[in-house]
Amino acid sequence: MADTETHDYDVVVVGAGGSGLRAAIAAHEAGARTAIVCKSLLGKAHTVMAEGGIAAAMANVWPEDNWQVHFRDTMRGGKMLNNWRMAQLHAQEAPERVWELEEWGALFDRTPEGKISQRDFGGHRYARLAHVGDRTGLEMIRTLQQRAVDLGIDVFMECTITRLLKDGSAGGNGRVAGAFAYWRETGTFLTFRAPAVVLATGGIGKSFTVTSNSWEYTGDGHAMALWAGASLINMEFVQFHPTGMVWPPSVKGILITESVRGEGGVLRNSEGKRFMFDYIPEFFKAETADNEAEADAWYADHKNNRRPPELLPRDEVARAINSEIKAGRGSPHGGVFLDIATRRTPEDIQRRLPSMYHQFKELGDVDITKEPMEVAPTCHYVMGGVEVDADTQASVVPGLYAVGEVSGGMHGSNRLGGNSLGDLLVFGKRAGEHAAEYVAGLSARPAVAAADVDAAEQEALEPFGRPSGENPYAVMKDLQEHMQSLVGIIRRGDELEQALKEIDRLKERAAHASVQGSGRNYNPGWHTALDLRSMLTVSECIAKSALERTESRGGHTRDDYPATDPEWGKVNLVLTERRGALKLERKPLPQMPDELKELFEEGH
Amino acid sequence: MTYDLNLRVWRGDADGGDFASFRVPVEEGEVVLDAIHRLQAEQAPDLAVRWNCKAGKCGSCSAEINGKPRLMCMTRLSSFDPTETITVTPMRTFPVIRDLVTDVSFNFEKAREVPAFAPAGSNAGGQFRMQQVDVERGQEFRKCIECFLCQNTCHVIRDHEENKPAFAGPRFFIRYAELDMHPLDTLDRREMAQEHEGLGYCNITKCCTEVCPESIKITDNGIIPLKERVVDTKYDPVFLGLKIGRRKDRRKVGPAGGNGPSPIKRPARATTPVGVAAATAVASTPTRSESDSPAPTGSPATTRIVPAPTAAPQSSGSSGGGPTAAAMSAAGSAVSAAGSAVSKVGTAATSDTAKTALPAVGAAAGVGFLAWAIRKSRRR
Repeated sequence: MADTETHDYDVVVVGAGGSGLRAAIAAHEAGARTAIVCKSLLGKAHTVMAEGGIAAAMANVWPEDNWQVHFRDTMRGGKMLNNWRMAQLHAQEAPERVWELEEWGALFDRTPEGKISQRDFGGHRYARLAHVGDRTGLEMIRTLQQRAVDLGIDVFMECTITRLLKDGSAGGNGRVAGAFAYWRETGTFLTFRAPAVVLATGGIGKSFTVTSNSWEYTGDGHAMALWAGASLINMEFVQFHPTGMVWPPSVKGILITESVRGEGGVLRNSEGKRFMFDYIPEFFKAETADNEAEADAWYADHKNNRRPPELLPRDEVARAINSEIKAGRGSPHGGVFLDIATRRTPEDIQRRLPSMYHQFKELGDVDITKEPMEVAPTCHYVMGGVEVDADTQASVVPGLYAVGEVSGGMHGSNRLGGNSLGDLLVFGKRAGEHAAEYVAGLSARPAVAAADVDAAEQEALEPFGRPSGENPYAVMKDLQEHMQSLVGIIRRGDELEQALKEIDRLKERAAHASVQGSGRNYNPGWHTALDLRSMLTVSECIAKSALERTESRGGHTRDDYPATDPEWGKVNLVLTERRGALKLERKPLPQMPDELKELFEEGH
Repeated sequence: MTYDLNLRVWRGDADGGDFASFRVPVEEGEVVLDAIHRLQAEQAPDLAVRWNCKAGKCGSCSAEINGKPRLMCMTRLSSFDPTETITVTPMRTFPVIRDLVTDVSFNFEKAREVPAFAPAGSNAGGQFRMQQVDVERGQEFRKCIECFLCQNTCHVIRDHEENKPAFAGPRFFIRYAELDMHPLDTLDRREMAQEHEGLGYCNITKCCTEVCPESIKITDNGIIPLKERVVDTKYDPVFLGLKIGRRKDRRKVGPAGGNGPSPIKRPARATTPVGVAAATAVASTPTRSESDSPAPTGSPATTRIVPAPTAAPQSSGSSGGGPTAAAMSAAGSAVSAAGSAVSKVGTAATSDTAKTALPAVGAAAGVGFLAWAIRKSRRR
């Protein structure tokens, strides 16, 4: 422990994306000594990748919009598997959280009256997304980052948490006592002593080959929560965003914002056919246009026309694209065509979708004001995550909170575009406040056991002790390939069983992965070897839950169980871990109160 | 098309380093970062490189490619001849941590100095009203992905470590400009930007604009208008009875450092690089030769007056020196010679802006210039 720094805080927030920053700001403002610990530089978190906007029923464009409509859209988009209370809180509080950003310096696009402009997105009945061109996530993170720095909240950047530490004292009740970390720069260790830890670590997308997610998305928060005794729910629900880039290879998987469709873009197959009309599911028939004329008229007149099928929820669009490609009607590089060029003027495209224009021009040599884009589904988001209390974001482990993508429940089986940024803000604030309140209410601070710190340090150094082991990059690549082919957008029982076997083998290989090269200072090989632990844990969680859920719903499609089963609509799959073994249970969904149920019966 | 790329990468740490040459198989459509990743996965697992989104949105993978400051994820291999050797070095203006990773905490310290946006009232219930045309000016600067390539390129601090304490750099000048242009802000940071953040050091050579991957017109739309606004406050020609640019609605703030120390924590400094018993025993630390040195040596007092050209050799195919190096050598001596005088008076700024700015603002600047000339003559 010679080179281990120790730091004392009330609340340690793990992750500096939208939810982590918002949680830290809230905890700080509630009077807690707060630290932010993040794997990358401050301001680089995955939130910058969010393009479209923040869904909030501010009714700036459509006076008919309100939180009830937003709530209903969210629940329907998630195929009613959402935690109703989270969906309600989100819909109710998102507008205030957006206005707050503006008070902190965010510059959203405006309506002619000078209010925040709102755009259309899949699954949302009204134009509801507050946006800044197509770089809303960047605006959000910069605003929160600048706010956090202005408040003087301590930031440990390029610093990776590897283990949560629990209270070792008698009567500690299994509560959180802190976290163990290493500095990427020096490879030296840190122990955070803190009664409350807020996980805001994002998602798991790095477990797949074709993903819109960055290297950071290794599921650290999911895995650490599980190891610390918390439960995960709905891990089988992984969102494949319908429109990822397919060409050139270096950008395969990189996201093309749904705003392209929100702004009028349409999907076509190799025959030039606007194929989404063939894929309108029964569940959404009443509100979806069945002909091009009505779909096109909708952009100007939402009241008298039904929405275009291109704006169905993401799971529906992704499956449709997948089917077209499989049927041989794909584009030259294995996607379908997303066409905005023939639909809007070059000026409009450049103004409304500047970063998409830039991205294709720079990386793909494609001028999207002249040619269609080639797109295919890409792993984008995990709906599943740490099971939390809706109002406080507290997990079952006292002192442990989870917020944003690492938490589960809010989005049910499928997240609507635009609901993630709102989720980060609404529940980030709640988590930070409640973590601070929890700490203030403690009579004694929990104690970190020295033995636990030693164990964490040993675990972190293990890869150095295997001089002849395998290259961790090779293990990671194989994991990604297996997950992509066996646990991807369309799943089958036998393939999922095979995936679990492969994951067992990969675990064995990862246990022998070694660090080559010299030193602990900024050594990515070492970092990868450590990341493998959480990647394998979350991959196993996904495959195991996916095998269990014998139906298709939202972000989980079973080729062998293509129908949505009402019985499965009543339960969550809950995962816990004991001594390295995963336990899977079915748990009834929380029951929605009658006044909310009515929103669905009236046929809103 | 698949081929083996000749890749030359600077490897080392704060104690020194050298170039290492590799042959890396690459494919059509790939970018420099793909080649670096493949190198890392297959040949050099401990090669340190910073990256996140790989889509030009996060600004992490800044480096110098054949001497040009670029994002590795946005530099396509097809822009080079397949036979050409591509040389990748870390950003020169910041101390090396390891290989291609530099310590950019300078930027986070400067960020801390900016007095935050301060609107007049609360926005509860969404009462703020702003017109699109008014927010668009600020929005251009908020496109910034904080890659710090502009900071890296700016000759005021590139090879001039001694200027760093007094100079915030282009990235933060556009932040000051953004706040000054915000329709609802109530603070006046103009004097602070000039007196304490080193706005006057900038002699608008536009190197920053040239390297900006977001194509932000840093100089034309940010720094020059900000300099004009500074001139408005400093040299308001009261004797003419004009109140051009006076803003009674804003409260003057500053100086730098008023916000307190940076909250960004850094690792407790180990006196020797931390190794692992077995692993580091064999680790050799190559010493950096003078001619190959691509980055600051870590000693704060750099005394060179003319900036050395980037250490990375220019490939035969690309234009020699690149725009930044050329501009730097032209501007470098001016800055060094004028030194602090430039920062106090801002000669370059006022004279140049009169030519380039929009008519109305140009007129204001012209009056400011006149005031400056009068003052100068009085001083004499």
